[in-house]
Amino acid sequence: MGRKLIFGFFAIVLAMSFVFISGQAMAAEKKKEGPTQFFGILIYRTGPFAAGGSGVGSGWEDFMELRNMQGGVNGIKYSWEECETAYNTARGVECYERLKDKMVLVHPLSTGITYALIPRGTKEHKVVISSGYGRADASDGSVFPWVFTTPTNYWSQNSAKIKFIGKQMGGMDKLKGLKIANLYIDIPYGQETKPMLDALGKKFGFTVRHFPVPWPGIDQKAQWLDIVRRYKADWVINRNWGVSCTVPLKEAARLRFPANRILGGWWCGSEEDVLPAGPAAKGYYTANWHGVGRNFPLIQEIVDKVYGKMKGHISFTRVGSVYWNRGVYTALINEEAMRTAHKKFGVKVLTGDEMRWGMEHLNITKERIKELGLEGFMGPVKTSCENHEGGKTVLFQQWDGKKWVKVDEIAPMTDFVWKRIKASAAKYAKEKGITPRDCSKVD
Amino acid sequence: MAFFFEVLISGLLVGVMYSLVAMGFALIYKASGVFNFAQGDMSLLAGLALVGFLTVMPLWLALICTVAVMAILAYGTVFIIFRPLVARSPLILFMAAIGLSFLIQGIGQAIWGTDAKGLNIGIPDVLVQIGEIYISTFDLTFGGMAAALVAGLVWFFQKTRTGRALRAVADDHEAALSVGIPLLRAWAVTWVIAGIVATVAGVAWGSRLGVQFSLSLIALKALPVLILGGIDSILGAILAGLLIGASENLAEVFIGPYVGGGIQTFFPYLVALLVLWFKPYGMFGKEIIERV
Repeated sequence: MGRKLIFGFFAIVLAMSFVFISGQAMAAEKKKEGPTQFFGILIYRTGPFAAGGSGVGSGWEDFMELRNMQGGVNGIKYSWEECETAYNTARGVECYERLKDKMVLVHPLSTGITYALIPRGTKEHKVVISSGYGRADASDGSVFPWVFTTPTNYWSQNSAKIKFIGKQMGGMDKLKGLKIANLYIDIPYGQETKPMLDALGKKFGFTVRHFPVPWPGIDQKAQWLDIVRRYKADWVINRNWGVSCTVPLKEAARLRFPANRILGGWWCGSEEDVLPAGPAAKGYYTANWHGVGRNFPLIQEIVDKVYGKMKGHISFTRVGSVYWNRGVYTALINEEAMRTAHKKFGVKVLTGDEMRWGMEHLNITKERIKELGLEGFMGPVKTSCENHEGGKTVLFQQWDGKKWVKVDEIAPMTDFVWKRIKASAAKYAKEKGITPRDCSKVD
Repeated sequence: MAFFFEVLISGLLVGVMYSLVAMGFALIYKASGVFNFAQGDMSLLAGLALVGFLTVMPLWLALICTVAVMAILAYGTVFIIFRPLVARSPLILFMAAIGLSFLIQGIGQAIWGTDAKGLNIGIPDVLVQIGEIYISTFDLTFGGMAAALVAGLVWFFQKTRTGRALRAVADDHEAALSVGIPLLRAWAVTWVIAGIVATVAGVAWGSRLGVQFSLSLIALKALPVLILGGIDSILGAILAGLLIGASENLAEVFIGPYVGGGIQTFFPYLVALLVLWFKPYGMFGKEIIERV
């Protein structure tokens, strides 16, 4: 027994020495490569939402891999480290704490984690990017200087959705008297659009009823019986996440509710959401904010150079899927912020303040999008001190049974939405004792 | 009134699906005293394996291969994980089951990936109209399959030599050992049966949700069923499943709108806890009276 223990002890010491020496060698190698801009990637490759987390995270990493092969951003290469959150807020905060000394920008990839990181990021000068997730009122940069919802937020999305429904019905006046069911997963992400939909209902004269789905949402029979048989909804907004996005499609088909009267959010509009539903998903609409597929020069470049050299971060079949493309979009926004900041502060590894400045001065024009090899993939983005949203349109896509097809591009009701963003942000500022920035005096 | 019955019947049919999962728990607990935290993960593994096999072989062969995978898992679990833990406290066995749960998730996803996969075994999912009530053919089919499975299990446990041996082990390990029943083999057979039940549950839920990680979460649905029915009772798992399925559906539709909705997750626990006031071992659980 004693000999076994001694042998085991020496084996552990030997293994640790090996790991330590290898680590030192790798660090020395990295030092030779020069300074890098570090990104902590809060990912979820496990858990019920793994399809979303792994897709976005891998698209982002594949983009950075490509840039590193091309020599980096103005010569500054990327480095990154994954931290598994499993879409769990506590683990997300733990990941942030572990990586915060090295990173200047964080994508929490979860509304819950974003809520938790907003005060921390603000205090510790880390940019918190909440691309297309909550909280919507953080688009007001005067109150949330460190948070960016670029390119768009949930409230803008929902105002565009109502315009889309109006268009489908033959005009905004046809919204009057319609019954819309808001089927949402009962977590902070799901709850965020309720006040906006209520306000839009009042404005356009439709009825909206909210149907909460308790997490994880694997059984929604009761909600669907209520929606179809009793409430008799004309349209259903599918504001779920992960498996709870798929269940409604099956339940609707079973109750003979048409799929083309279900309109999903952009986190319910991936291939992973519709493929398990099979034919029940055909005709289903969802929002989005970027293109789908591989038919863009930049994405082709990733396919050829990154996957061609077997350096991809996910199964090749998922390249070009909704979530993977969203990861590319995410990476692109980071990079444009870096390039903007380099122009102002010089080419170097950026600090949190410098990266924030870059994010606040984004101006991705149509010409720039074409130059990037992403024509048709995304709309222009222009941020400012006040406007941390920056995008101007919401895309709509329909599942044709095999692939997503873009069917429309709609501008949100900006005035209507921003009035509420300002009011909500002002309330937040009052509660937290924040003095909003005077954007007319900010560089 | 027709709407009420539609909600009720729909709830009962969902309850059958809960029973399928709960039965797996009850089988293993009854035979080995292990609260098998990994039962939901076994369904996930069965679903993943079936989808994987279906890409290269017909359904009947894929089902046989899936059951074979579950049998290998069962024997591996008993002889590698639980054999060294014989006669340890229930808490240690429970911890081992938690470890097993994560192990199955990891291995399953490493082999078959994290993508959501569709599973279509050819059972039509259309509504049939009975009077003013609509019922899903898919739910009816699985209701029938669950009934057949229960009948098969009852026959196996009552009429076969192995089944009687398993019941003896479940009643008293030491007495069973003293008459020459091999304990570990009996456990392994029980785990294989639980694996078959997990396969049926995995196919039923996988056809509804797609085969993906969330399938492991169906175990959450079985917990109130076990509390209510009694953790070691197969009959309890079936009846409690029906009761839980019906009550949560009715509560969500008829009480939910008055309290903001979304009560179907905690309502079954409320029902189960109320029953525990009067029946601390569940409706059909074995009462254990110990001298203090």
